[in-house]
Amino acid sequence: MAGLRIENLRKSFGAVDVLKGIDLDIRDGEFVSFLGPSGCGKSTLLRSIAGLEELTDGAIHLGDREITDLPSAKRDIAMVFQNYALYPHMNVRKNMSFGLSLNGMKADEIDRRVKDAAETLRITELLDRKPKQLSGGQRQRVAIGRAIVRKPQLFLLDEPLSNLDAGLRVTMRAELAALHERLGVTMVYVTHDQVEAMTLSSRVVVLDKGRVSQFGSPLELFHRPANLFVAGFIGSPKMNFLPVRASGADGARVTVSGAGFRQPLAVELAAQAAAVDDLTLGIRPDQMRIGAPETGHLTGTVRLVERLGTESHVHVALEDGTALVIITDGTHPGRAHDRVGLTIPAEAAHLFAPTGEALPRKLDPDTERLLQV
Amino acid sequence: MATATATRRPSRRKARGAGITPWLFISPWILGFLFFTLGPLVFSFVMSLHDWPVVGTRTFIGFENYTTMVQDDPQFWKSLWITVKFGALFVPLNIVLSFLLAVLLNLNLRGTAIYRTAFYLPSVISGVALVTIWAWIYSKEYGLLNYLLSFAGIDGPNWLGDRTWAIVAITVASLWGLGGSMLIFLAGLQSIPKELYEAARVSGVPPWAQITFITLPMLSPMILFTLITSIISAFQQLTIALLLTDGGPVNSTYFFAMYIYKTAFRFHDMGYAAAMSWVMFLIILALSMLVMRWSAAWVYYEGQARKDDADA
Repeated sequence: MAGLRIENLRKSFGAVDVLKGIDLDIRDGEFVSFLGPSGCGKSTLLRSIAGLEELTDGAIHLGDREITDLPSAKRDIAMVFQNYALYPHMNVRKNMSFGLSLNGMKADEIDRRVKDAAETLRITELLDRKPKQLSGGQRQRVAIGRAIVRKPQLFLLDEPLSNLDAGLRVTMRAELAALHERLGVTMVYVTHDQVEAMTLSSRVVVLDKGRVSQFGSPLELFHRPANLFVAGFIGSPKMNFLPVRASGADGARVTVSGAGFRQPLAVELAAQAAAVDDLTLGIRPDQMRIGAPETGHLTGTVRLVERLGTESHVHVALEDGTALVIITDGTHPGRAHDRVGLTIPAEAAHLFAPTGEALPRKLDPDTERLLQV
Repeated sequence: MATATATRRPSRRKARGAGITPWLFISPWILGFLFFTLGPLVFSFVMSLHDWPVVGTRTFIGFENYTTMVQDDPQFWKSLWITVKFGALFVPLNIVLSFLLAVLLNLNLRGTAIYRTAFYLPSVISGVALVTIWAWIYSKEYGLLNYLLSFAGIDGPNWLGDRTWAIVAITVASLWGLGGSMLIFLAGLQSIPKELYEAARVSGVPPWAQITFITLPMLSPMILFTLITSIISAFQQLTIALLLTDGGPVNSTYFFAMYIYKTAFRFHDMGYAAAMSWVMFLIILALSMLVMRWSAAWVYYEGQARKDDADA
């Protein structure tokens, strides 16, 4: 087993820079997800680690070996592909053993590994079938089995659940978590689904336009996003943003106010920040409160109420047209065209500098503890 | 239940009432098939049972043409043997070369489109033009091939006038038409997901094994198709040999199809030529069936697994 260290990794396709200097230090046995919108470079990064893409610059270390220039086969890795990439003309057993037998492994050792992997993944009775005869979930298991039999130091998984239907995805997610627990091997997982990333990973790499936007534990990304991109990307519905001006500062406490604010808001930061005037205030939909008109910080008009049963998503437009979403209880009586007052709890507010960087906020000690991995 | 049958009945009656309309729609094809395929087929069989000169009296002789062919006509066996020799050269070369060319073109190197067109071009030009070009290439005195060989100090043979080389020369000229098979292989190669090769690379499968264990099985239906069509075209080889050597030298390129052609249109013995055509048809049919039977062992079809499952 081994950790993975990536230094200044760059990759360009012609004039297009896809990865613009990635530095990562993934610990031994960790489950790390690469999360980001399409085109952020997450798959390219994974394929670079796998040796399927030639790097433009940078270095990759697996454990104490540098693997930057090694061919894929010599990197001691295994990869699971999005569309499974099973050999359609080979049965499951052959699919799993193909690479091993060609590399001169003894037949009884191969049999033992295939048997063990099949038992782990509960596909023993499928060993003599062809991929066409399997369901999506079974094929995915075979693809994972093909990775397991290699006993690699590092597992690379490229959106392995995205071709499955929603129900199966949840089941397979739990199975992947259990598998990681059982094998204890370092796993790197690419996904565009933040729920997958948050639930499976010990830490998540959020990628944006070929750069690491933030690398942290799931709760760290949620409670202390490093910048506007992460704040807006993590959480659904996404965080509400309002332009505000700092009207005063007292140590680590910044008082802000914006257009339409009935009263200013005093936000407690983790540390004293350099004085900046123009800021962006971020507030998660579940933290805002709806009340009677002319109460709280802001007043707006309800545009739409989405009833989800356990909760309602209330879409509110402020006077200047800014759209906000508030999550409230499932039986909230609000209706379209209602005038409502909105309250922003100061302890739940995020502040961002004009550069997009967050001013780290003060968290209560219980939450603070949860952020540590 | 009663209502269900009651509602279904009118639609059945309607289908029956459609009568002649569907037949009218497919009639152009049916007429074409009757007049240009089935008609001549039956006619040629009737012909083969006659002594049928182009002019003169036709006499019914039963299967005498067939027995003569097998028992008293050494030229029949000789030309058949020449055709088999040609097939043994042409079929494997056609498959291997078109496969290799397709693999090369699939590497996506610069100018792939130009090469693809260039390799396919001979397949669209007329056979006669093609033969004319090859006649110039092979010519002993002023041929391109011997001219090029002279640079290497080799005094080239008389390609078309030598009993050993003539059949080789015809094989090489015939291979010019491999553009068609190459395109089929190329289409097949491009339909293989590239992830299969990436998965193989990650598992340490060397390139030769990727071709042997992934590419070849995935292309096996195309290989089977090319194999059968190549066998058929080998047996029907006529144009190139007829125009390039006219069967010579010393009948060393006197193919079976040429024997049929000359029997019919030079010796005017239509009955005997028709009988030989039927023999050729039966040989091709038998070979194709053998190949199809054998193919079950090595051809992989995408849809096959599902079928196996249903059969089980």
